[in-house]
Amino acid sequence: MCTDQAWSAARQGSRYPVGMTCRLSLILLFILSAAAPPAAAQRLHLVIPGGAGGGWDSTARGVGEALSRSGLIDVVSYENISGGSGSRAISHLIETAARQDNTLMISSSPIILSSLRGVFVQSFRDLTPVAAVVADYGAFAVRSDSPHRDWRSVVAAYEDDPRSVKFAGGSARGSMDHMVSALAIKASGADPRQLRYIPYNAGGQAIVGLLSGETQLLSTGFSEARALHEQGEIRILAITAPEPVAAAEAVPTLIEQGADMSFVNWRGFFAAPGFPEERAQYYVERLQQMFATEQWQTIRATRGWDDLFLSGNDFYQFLEQQEKDLDAVLIELGLKPAVASQ
Amino acid sequence: MLIGLQTAFTPLNIFMVFLGCFAGTFIGMLPGLGPVSAIALMIPVTYGLDPASGMILMAGVYYGAVFGGSTSAILINAPGVSAAVATSFDGYPMANRGYAGKALAIAAYSSYSGGTIAAVLLIALVPFLARISLSFQSSDYFAMMLFGCTAIAAFSGKGQVLKAIMMTLLGLMLATIGEDPSGIQRFTFGITDLYDGLSFLLLSMATFALAEALYVILQSSPGNDKAEAESASPDSQIGSLKVTGSEFKEMATPVSRSSIVGFFVGVLPGAGATIASFLAYGMERNLAKESQQQEFGKGSNIGLAAPEAANNAASTGSFVPLLTLGIPGSATTAIMLGALLSYGIQPGPRLYVDYPTVFWSVIISMYLGNVVLLILNLPLIPYIAKILQMPRRYLTPIILFFSLMGVYLVSFNDFDLQMMVMVGAIALVFRLLNFPLAPLLLGFILGDMMEDNLRRALLVWDGSFAFMWQRPQTAIIMLMAVGMLLLPMLRSLVAARRRSMPGLD
Repeated sequence: MCTDQAWSAARQGSRYPVGMTCRLSLILLFILSAAAPPAAAQRLHLVIPGGAGGGWDSTARGVGEALSRSGLIDVVSYENISGGSGSRAISHLIETAARQDNTLMISSSPIILSSLRGVFVQSFRDLTPVAAVVADYGAFAVRSDSPHRDWRSVVAAYEDDPRSVKFAGGSARGSMDHMVSALAIKASGADPRQLRYIPYNAGGQAIVGLLSGETQLLSTGFSEARALHEQGEIRILAITAPEPVAAAEAVPTLIEQGADMSFVNWRGFFAAPGFPEERAQYYVERLQQMFATEQWQTIRATRGWDDLFLSGNDFYQFLEQQEKDLDAVLIELGLKPAVASQ
Repeated sequence: MLIGLQTAFTPLNIFMVFLGCFAGTFIGMLPGLGPVSAIALMIPVTYGLDPASGMILMAGVYYGAVFGGSTSAILINAPGVSAAVATSFDGYPMANRGYAGKALAIAAYSSYSGGTIAAVLLIALVPFLARISLSFQSSDYFAMMLFGCTAIAAFSGKGQVLKAIMMTLLGLMLATIGEDPSGIQRFTFGITDLYDGLSFLLLSMATFALAEALYVILQSSPGNDKAEAESASPDSQIGSLKVTGSEFKEMATPVSRSSIVGFFVGVLPGAGATIASFLAYGMERNLAKESQQQEFGKGSNIGLAAPEAANNAASTGSFVPLLTLGIPGSATTAIMLGALLSYGIQPGPRLYVDYPTVFWSVIISMYLGNVVLLILNLPLIPYIAKILQMPRRYLTPIILFFSLMGVYLVSFNDFDLQMMVMVGAIALVFRLLNFPLAPLLLGFILGDMMEDNLRRALLVWDGSFAFMWQRPQTAIIMLMAVGMLLLPMLRSLVAARRRSMPGLD
């Protein structure tokens, strides 16, 4: 496409003012023509169903970064559509499916949870699953000045008075951070129904909640908590991985601390319903190529993710299996309404 | 710090700031495109640059877009971003009286002052700021939103108190439309388009820009159209930037006060520039002399300068949680975080130590953005202000077109357009019945955050309201809010007493 030639010309000239102006005018043109569907194949628009700074946000931007820096995709743009635990972005994708040929939406385990709990009517079946890319694990952290040094001491305090250990999480009640907390408490032999869970709008806000002393414990994705753990602001007590992860070998798993529980939060991409097969295949290939790039290795290492590549039918079956598992757990924990409407 | 200065002052970087400010101003002027989208658009451009130049370009775009947003708020009463709402309270009336150039100049000067004061505070207090940014809990934020609501006092002139309160409550009620945090539908009537609630842009365009434009149409009959066009632009005033010395003096204290307040509000990760501008507006209104108070909402210099200074200072302040903890406090800083991470820089307590060049060049380039904006925009103001000299019959359709287009381009949903026309029509009725619309928008903006924090505070306090008096920080802010509400009443009581007992004077 002519636009793309202009773009790459602008890229080559990036060191010179002329190139810059050219790019800028292109950007302005792009704004003005935002209504027209961009037809070029080397574009990728990533819809992020949550607020800036959260797990979805950092994964989408990390993947987009690796794709564009390694030259696999020329232009990656992002759009945060938060609201309704992600349903706003899903409805947006479904409603505007006809002009979303370059759009992928990031999602993760919570999409399954939210459909199960009836938070939204859609499920992953209403979209086109494209590929899972990373695995993240749940992490439990305290402020560095907290008296708790390991998971057992948290459980002891909880059994004493559940109010004394309030869990902060970056998502709504009944969503993943809450679920993982309840699962961990249950696996430790305490009553998960007593859990005091304080929801925040994003992982970053939950960390602020913990640091401000409002809550005693943080339940969040390992990747989100890692940087502050390394900087000594917070201390990760346990991780929900089946085995210690390479990024932080010193952090023990819950299993190692006597709670037989592990949880994998996959993150992957979905497209609008009726997404053309060859477009899906195109993005799957690009994502697969991305894993080998140096740019991705760096980003993955700094964020503390594990690779988890699943596409096509494998991805679909994996989703169905996790849906089955989570459904059983939800009912057991009483987090799903007793009388399910569907 | 010197390294930072050196980096910031290379010709390329200076050029970047100019370019960024220029592009940002124009992007920001379009309703619906605020600083967030402007910066997001710049990200691909920054890839080819080194970290410092990239950050500098983004800072330029950011300040440009913030100023652009104020411009549309002042000239056509169309605040496209929530931080510019308080600007339109007094900026638009001032422009309407024929002082558009002056209003824009005041906005530019006070933004600049806000940015300068905030930059000084930032450099002086860096080591302590991380702690300050973590000192607020949900209950304190709730109290702060409540305090922000006191800004409505400015619209409760004689006999208007009840009307202003009613409109605020209506705004709070509108904020509850949609899915609540636990997934329950409120006032959605089964309409999927309402699940996400009303968007800020829709409500602000409908109640401010649309209602105002329609009001103007109703007010003018074909006969006096010409006369009005002439009276709306009294000769040269419109493009004039002139602000007299005594006016500067009058604004100096409020601007510095608002900048300090704005900066500290910005430092808090849960607040932001919008809250800062409301707090400053309400505060300055209540602290002003009685004669100045009458001016608020009708084109007061202070009423325009205070929120502009505060929101700019807050934008600078919002970099504190980002740079010191790596936690983005706003959508804009989240995008900046993404950019920093893509350069392999992890902001946090170590940034200051590990990458002093980046740390200081970010701060210095932000300041540079401020300076350049002033240099760039002052000469442009007379031309921008001339927009208003256009006859009303051409200007009004353009305003209608841009505000409707702005909303549509963000959501691509025609339901939003129907909703907007409906809200606009209702707002027009309110306007004709002399109900102030600003409290409605204020209640709407604060409502969401207020509910969120109240819910959380109640959870943290195990369902008890005790935080209102047991947590000192919350109690103090709540008392201040109550005080602000009672102050005008006390004042009028005292005044009434004085009048009834003239012998005592």
